[in-house]
Amino acid sequence: MITTVADPILVSSVPQSTMEVTRESYKGKIHPDWCPGCGDFSVLAAIQKALTELSLQPHQVITISGIGCSSNLPGFINTYGMHTLHGRGLAVATGMKMANHELTVIATGGDGDGFGIGGNHFLHAMRRNVDLTYIVMDNQIYGLTTGQTSPTSVMGMQTKSTPEGNLENPINPIPLAMVGGATFVARGFSGKQAHLVEVLKQAIEHKGFSFVDVFSPCVTYNLDNTYKWFKPRVKLLEDEDHDSNDFHAAMDRGYQWGDEIPVGVFWRRDDLLSLNDLEPVLSEGGPLAYRSLGLSVDQSDRLIAEMM
Amino acid sequence: MVKRKDANAENSASVDFAIAIGGAAGQGIATPGNILARIFARRGLRLNAYNAYQSIIRGGHTFLTIRASDRPIWSMGDSLDIMIPLNQDTMDRHLHVIPSGSAVIYDEAKIQPSNAPAGVQLCPLPIKELIAGNKLAANTVAVAVVLSLLGIEFDDLEDALERIFARKGDAVVASNREIAQLGYDYASANFIAFPYKVPRLSKGLAVVTGNEAAAMGALAAGMKFYAAYPMSPATGVLMYIARHARDLGVIVRQVEDELGVINMVIGAAHAGCRAMCATSGGGFALMTEAIGMSGMIETPIVCIDVQRAGPATGVPTKTEQGDLWQILGAGQGDYPRLIVAPTSHADLFNTIPELFNLTDKYQCPGLVLSDLLISEGTASVDPDELNFHPTIDRGQMIFPDGDSANPYGGYNDNSYLRYKNTESGISPRAVPGVPGHLHVAASDEHDEDGTLISDEFTNPHKRRMMVEKRARKMTTVLDAIQPPEIVGPEIAEFTLVGFGSTWGVILEAIEKLANEEGMIGNQLHIKWIVPFHADVVSRILNQAKRVIIVENNFSGQFARYLRSETGFKASGYIRKYDGEPFMPHHIVDGVKVLLEGETDLYVPTHEMVV
Repeated sequence: MITTVADPILVSSVPQSTMEVTRESYKGKIHPDWCPGCGDFSVLAAIQKALTELSLQPHQVITISGIGCSSNLPGFINTYGMHTLHGRGLAVATGMKMANHELTVIATGGDGDGFGIGGNHFLHAMRRNVDLTYIVMDNQIYGLTTGQTSPTSVMGMQTKSTPEGNLENPINPIPLAMVGGATFVARGFSGKQAHLVEVLKQAIEHKGFSFVDVFSPCVTYNLDNTYKWFKPRVKLLEDEDHDSNDFHAAMDRGYQWGDEIPVGVFWRRDDLLSLNDLEPVLSEGGPLAYRSLGLSVDQSDRLIAEMM
Repeated sequence: MVKRKDANAENSASVDFAIAIGGAAGQGIATPGNILARIFARRGLRLNAYNAYQSIIRGGHTFLTIRASDRPIWSMGDSLDIMIPLNQDTMDRHLHVIPSGSAVIYDEAKIQPSNAPAGVQLCPLPIKELIAGNKLAANTVAVAVVLSLLGIEFDDLEDALERIFARKGDAVVASNREIAQLGYDYASANFIAFPYKVPRLSKGLAVVTGNEAAAMGALAAGMKFYAAYPMSPATGVLMYIARHARDLGVIVRQVEDELGVINMVIGAAHAGCRAMCATSGGGFALMTEAIGMSGMIETPIVCIDVQRAGPATGVPTKTEQGDLWQILGAGQGDYPRLIVAPTSHADLFNTIPELFNLTDKYQCPGLVLSDLLISEGTASVDPDELNFHPTIDRGQMIFPDGDSANPYGGYNDNSYLRYKNTESGISPRAVPGVPGHLHVAASDEHDEDGTLISDEFTNPHKRRMMVEKRARKMTTVLDAIQPPEIVGPEIAEFTLVGFGSTWGVILEAIEKLANEEGMIGNQLHIKWIVPFHADVVSRILNQAKRVIIVENNFSGQFARYLRSETGFKASGYIRKYDGEPFMPHHIVDGVKVLLEGETDLYVPTHEMVV
């Protein structure tokens, strides 16, 4: 099993197991240390259900996060996982997907991680259309640093860093993702878990960059955008005859905020190839990470000839 | 300028000459430079070229120096034998420092010589008549004149023109050949050739830049993923790999910033690829947090810092060895990593596979400290010196080899501990996709199984265990690297110490001091910064008579590092921080001044204003 040679690869694909996948398969041995009532519990459960219902096998999935309360998620789900640096989850996930495109790559994090410190990677991961699913647990607050304003905190919101009220406009992640080039843009609410599971299943199955912004209330530090606040406002797009292939309708829905806040699949397009599908190096030969190393004599001869 | 050995006999054992081409950026200096370099190297001459340029696409002043010899040379040397000014500015800047016996080749219609020193042969050319309207071929005439003066047969130029212009079609080749012939014949008829002829040696050599050498070394090592953000002077690595990626099955990404670059590289490396990136000091500064993560999650990567003059944006096109303490301090906290400063083009090539093997074995980041001088500099190499098929040792890795008893186990059933507290500190590393080896790699401190011990499970005993586990890996790595040794006579008046790219110029300075001044010195050059052979270095330096540290920065970063690792204090220092590399005579002059004992610091003046 342990290799010390140049050509260690015994299989050229991620193995498929015959063992059945159940909810248990995705249960981690550590119980999440989120605050009781945190929206992230429901997101975690929804991801586990979606993966189970899609019959994906835990060793074929990798969950990659940044830093923050929600970014602790990889420690609580039984898949391969990485808990990276603040804001960098998407960059790591992109490298992972390109190096092993047979894995199902799920990136998770919070609104500060994804839209603040990681904002640049968010934009570029979307335009690259890498085939991965990015789930943001959006609680509109910095939780792990005990309650400061976030890029999605609404104007006027009082936080520990804006004690007199937030003066800045928030980011609206839905239109941002649409113009950024994400090919699947959706929103969920941790108070509507069954709906979230359906959205996540579509996102994971989508071939390209899928983005799911999830209202995941912080019960400790955001006393404005609570379950109670969201519940009467959240409306399912699926109930409203929304055409997720209609960009302009999706934009209009994305900007809707206030008494009615839509959740569901706003926008998707399936006519573009993902970056990993476009990359000729990946067209055959299995995952890059499993290929044998070193140059052939022909290859090195060509490199030498060029120098002469 | 220092006197050169006279090589007047046709079959003299040694020729050693330098040609400079100067002009504004955009005037086409690269092509004639490239033609000359290839002709010399194909004849088997050793070559070293340095391009002094500026951060400008059109205009300014660019000055390319190509030195060649039939014996090994390691720097651009001290003297010019031929100058080709392509504009008046170049003529005015440099004519007064051109030594007697040299030649200056220029377009007589455009450029006037100011006051040429005695003994300089002026070679004005009627370019307009010779090129008959083909303006692009003007520089070909200058190349032809150079070859005529050096006694190189016209056939060599014909060959070179065919190779260089083949892509542009037969007409371009034919026109250049015709114009070259006119220039060659004009020179034979009107100018005095040098009193020696450049020999043809039995074995042709290759021409390579340091960036290309690093890229090729990585490809030879089996690197499969490369990411970069363009930054001078490291961009050459990206361009070389991008050009060959499809053919060699390598994925290259140009990423939005260096934070993205290094994290993408870590993602690919964690998947199981050998992955690399290169940048300069500013980009490296952005990468440092993630380099610490590579150490923490024990995912090996290779990262090259091609130093340029700093701080901040600094002087993007000039060289310096000013990032030593940045690279030593890269990433917060204590963690094991390797730092190596290659000493020549061939060494840069061969070091990359060695470093990949070590980083795989020790599961830590490997950092390469190069600089503009070596990475953008051009040199000849014997292809046999480059090991294109190095041993590839991936250390203790676990790749998929089929199903496992509990494919979804690993973490949950404790059957696999990614960070197992082994005696060596090295824990077998499973890549994602292997059944039965599930785990989380966490940048937070973690237990043997990967569980975070940063929050609920914080435990000082476990934290200590994990710090020591990672650190323990470094106890054996010193044995895996070559200790530095004295080069030159054992008994010497002085010992010159440097690190990285200055190896060659220091070696040449020591030869000059011995040959021309009768001053006997030797050299201790440091390549491996971390780990550092402190005992070996201490023993050598404590036996040396006078130790002088030569480095390309202001504050003596290497001298401080040496002192921190060994307690050794040198008796003199030669430092240069004007953006230009050392020339051998700068070090020669410095040693002479320092040995007089009036001062312990010598800062040479760079005579050429480029």
